[in-house]
Amino acid sequence: METLLSLTIGLLVAAAVYLMLARNVLKFLFGMILLSNAANLLIFTAGRLTFGEPPLIAAGEKLPPPGVANALPQALVLTAIVIGFGLFAFALVLVFRAYTTLGTLNTDDMRVAEPQEEADR
Amino acid sequence: MAKSSQVRGVAIDKNYRHCGALSIDLEGDGARYLFQNPEDTKIATPDPDRPATNGPAGWLPVLLALALCGWFATFIGPVSRGEVLRVSFDWAPSLGISLSFLVDGLSLTFLLLISGIGALVLLYSDSYLRGHHQYGRFALYLTSFMLAMLGLVSADNLIALFVFWELTTITSYLLIGFDADKEKTGAKARRSALQALLVTGAGALALLAGLILMGEVAGSYEISQINAQGDVVRNSVLYLPIVVLVLAGAFTKSAQVPFHFWLPNAMAAPTPVSAFLHSATMVKAGVYLMARLHPSLSGTDFWLWTLTVAGAVTAVFASLQALRQSDLKQVLAYTTLMALGTLTLFLANTSGYAITAFVTFLVVHSLYKAALFLVVGCIDTATGTRDAALLGGLARSMPVTMLAAAVAAMSMAGFPPFLGFIGKELKYAGALAVASEPVLVAGAVLLANALMLAAAGVVSFKPFWRPAGGALPRTPKEAPWPMLAGPVILASLGALFGINPDLLQSSVVAPTVAALLGTPAEAKELALWAGVNLPLVLSLATFALGLLLYAFHTRLRALLQRVLGALPDFDARWDDVLNGLKVLAGWQTRLLQTGRLRMYMAVILFTFAAVIAATLALKGAVVIAPDFSGLAPKHLTVIGLIVIGSAIVTLTDSRMASIAALGTVGIGVAMVFILYSAPDVAITQLLVETLVVVLVAVAMLRMPHLGAPGERDIRPRDALLALFVGGGVTLTLLAVLATPMDLRLTEFFEETSGPLAHGRNIVNVILVDFRAIDTFGEIAVVVIAALSGYALLRTGKEAGR
Repeated sequence: METLLSLTIGLLVAAAVYLMLARNVLKFLFGMILLSNAANLLIFTAGRLTFGEPPLIAAGEKLPPPGVANALPQALVLTAIVIGFGLFAFALVLVFRAYTTLGTLNTDDMRVAEPQEEADR
Repeated sequence: MAKSSQVRGVAIDKNYRHCGALSIDLEGDGARYLFQNPEDTKIATPDPDRPATNGPAGWLPVLLALALCGWFATFIGPVSRGEVLRVSFDWAPSLGISLSFLVDGLSLTFLLLISGIGALVLLYSDSYLRGHHQYGRFALYLTSFMLAMLGLVSADNLIALFVFWELTTITSYLLIGFDADKEKTGAKARRSALQALLVTGAGALALLAGLILMGEVAGSYEISQINAQGDVVRNSVLYLPIVVLVLAGAFTKSAQVPFHFWLPNAMAAPTPVSAFLHSATMVKAGVYLMARLHPSLSGTDFWLWTLTVAGAVTAVFASLQALRQSDLKQVLAYTTLMALGTLTLFLANTSGYAITAFVTFLVVHSLYKAALFLVVGCIDTATGTRDAALLGGLARSMPVTMLAAAVAAMSMAGFPPFLGFIGKELKYAGALAVASEPVLVAGAVLLANALMLAAAGVVSFKPFWRPAGGALPRTPKEAPWPMLAGPVILASLGALFGINPDLLQSSVVAPTVAALLGTPAEAKELALWAGVNLPLVLSLATFALGLLLYAFHTRLRALLQRVLGALPDFDARWDDVLNGLKVLAGWQTRLLQTGRLRMYMAVILFTFAAVIAATLALKGAVVIAPDFSGLAPKHLTVIGLIVIGSAIVTLTDSRMASIAALGTVGIGVAMVFILYSAPDVAITQLLVETLVVVLVAVAMLRMPHLGAPGERDIRPRDALLALFVGGGVTLTLLAVLATPMDLRLTEFFEETSGPLAHGRNIVNVILVDFRAIDTFGEIAVVVIAALSGYALLRTGKEAGR
């Protein structure tokens, strides 16, 4: 499963990169969602996969049963999911605001900071 | 957009000064900001009669320099007995870098020259710039320079030496640009300051590389240890790169052709600065370095020929240039170049004659050149001009200046009984005795000496005794005593040492020769009368030729103007280099900074993937061991969801399909978490995924379609880059999975969750207990994102109204 998941993550990254290179800034945003998913899966997989043994301690026990899943990457991924969501929500508002101000979703036309005439001189 | 036009190196916008301090500034206006004082509108003219004084800033530095000079003088006794004084402090012991100082003959000679001339120059400056509104700053720069220079010539550690070396570069930059805000000359001062900084700074970078190589080869950064085992460096395979890099630093600092052009420009500095830095001390730092490392680097053909050729070319070229000038300061600037060339020439050799000549000429030159610079400053102050064609008849109104100038110039021209004569005799002896091409070297020295004699006449005979060439801007009168003290004392020392060469022999010459060659016995005797020999004959020839040149120098100047005018103009080439840099910067800026987001993304992603690929390839970490065992339909379903979902998002232009496909991917990922024992993560993922879909759907209501209908957005080049990045990530993950897992941290959490944190869900315990601050930060990020989003939407509404 690890090999298959590695390939899937690579595919997710490739799809994300392709979308992030698009002219439409909404597609860029979709790419960002995919990239965030890919990153979470990557951390999770790198911490090794364990089938059906969540890292829980039974009542009255001091230690979890041997062979439980690696708890640390899970904690990291949890944080990463939430942060990724915060980033996405803010970026979405930014895109929305840029659209209402500039009237376009095409990044090639978003040239307030670096105007066209200067660059193509 | 002033900034962008500057960065792209097109026309320099006059307005860019407003942002000049923030941007890379090739025009030298950075200097202006450093020196600029907003209230400063008056232009300081040197006027010794101005009643204002400079207060403690005037005399304190003089006292400091005098005290240092006196302290160094106490070393003369021990050093002339052959002792080497050494003191060391730990600086960065792990790197083998210490702040260590060493005083031997060579260091002591420089220490005495620097602190002695420094005291006189500081005294002189107090009058020269009397009442200058920024004198405190000037005194600070000059004193800092002096201390840096003292550190440079006494440092015994290569890295410490380099630090002091760069300190002199920086203080020199500040001093050359001291008049940066003057109306007329400010632009030139700024350009000259920046030119000196860039040329010597570039050389210093090469020097640093050379010094580090040297330290690594020798196994020690202590110069005394390296010199004690000079053969190690000489026999190393890295010898050639070391010499080339070190000489790049030395030649730029000591203005050897073809790096000479910054020195005459540096004369934009106030005259005392020119006297101190660009004649007597700083430009000799390069020479000092060659002398300091002489025991380790000299004695090879490469060293011999590089120094001989560079020195000889510099000496002759500079002497010709000197006669071409009519500004007295420029004449002196070029004769300084000539002296530096001669000193380099002598360091090419390892014979006692050459090194004795080196030390003697070093001292002679520092004494007379500093004196003459100060004299020119006196003339400038008194008459308001430095133009040799204009000046004349000053002997009556400025008798003391005249006397000092005459004595110093006699030493420079090499007349007996002054020290310059002894120096010149030794030069010939050195040239004849040792060089592999005695005729060439002696010829170069003879020509340079004769030209120098003529130059001495231009500077110190003509302005005083010849009739004035025109009306002087000011009625001349004698300079005040602090301005005369320097020239008089320095010139007298030249005469004193000429008549009593023994004074110099035991205290300075012998110990210095010992420092370079290992034994004081190699030092040759300094004597006014060494009998009738070839050097004497050459001296007489020099006098004849020199006087002839002086007699015809006005006509010669016109001729030289024409001939040398045909030579390539290094200063103009410098502008070409700077412009070339700007064009290069503009080209690469236009190439990379197109202003298009897609381009920036492509560059970043490509770099990311290339770095990953290179690392994998270099470390040989690519693992190809496909293992598809144990796959059940449930696995394939989950993976299928993710793959199909991402494919649809990538390919569709439909908004609804995109939202649905994104949701599919998210749920697929959540199912992976469920399958592999991460229920908490899966719950969060599902919640977040739902929110994402809702938010995107809401935003879609207000935004247009993804693409124009009927137009497919297919980009093969982007697809290739995407596969490159994705492949890199997959290979990296496979490589990670092939390495053993270190579970120590996880085990710690497993063992302590129950007993210490009293929690049974280990993931939760990690989040809210062990890494609570982290989680707190995470909440803060979400709150900040929410607040910012709210603010953006609100202002957007207001803007829309």
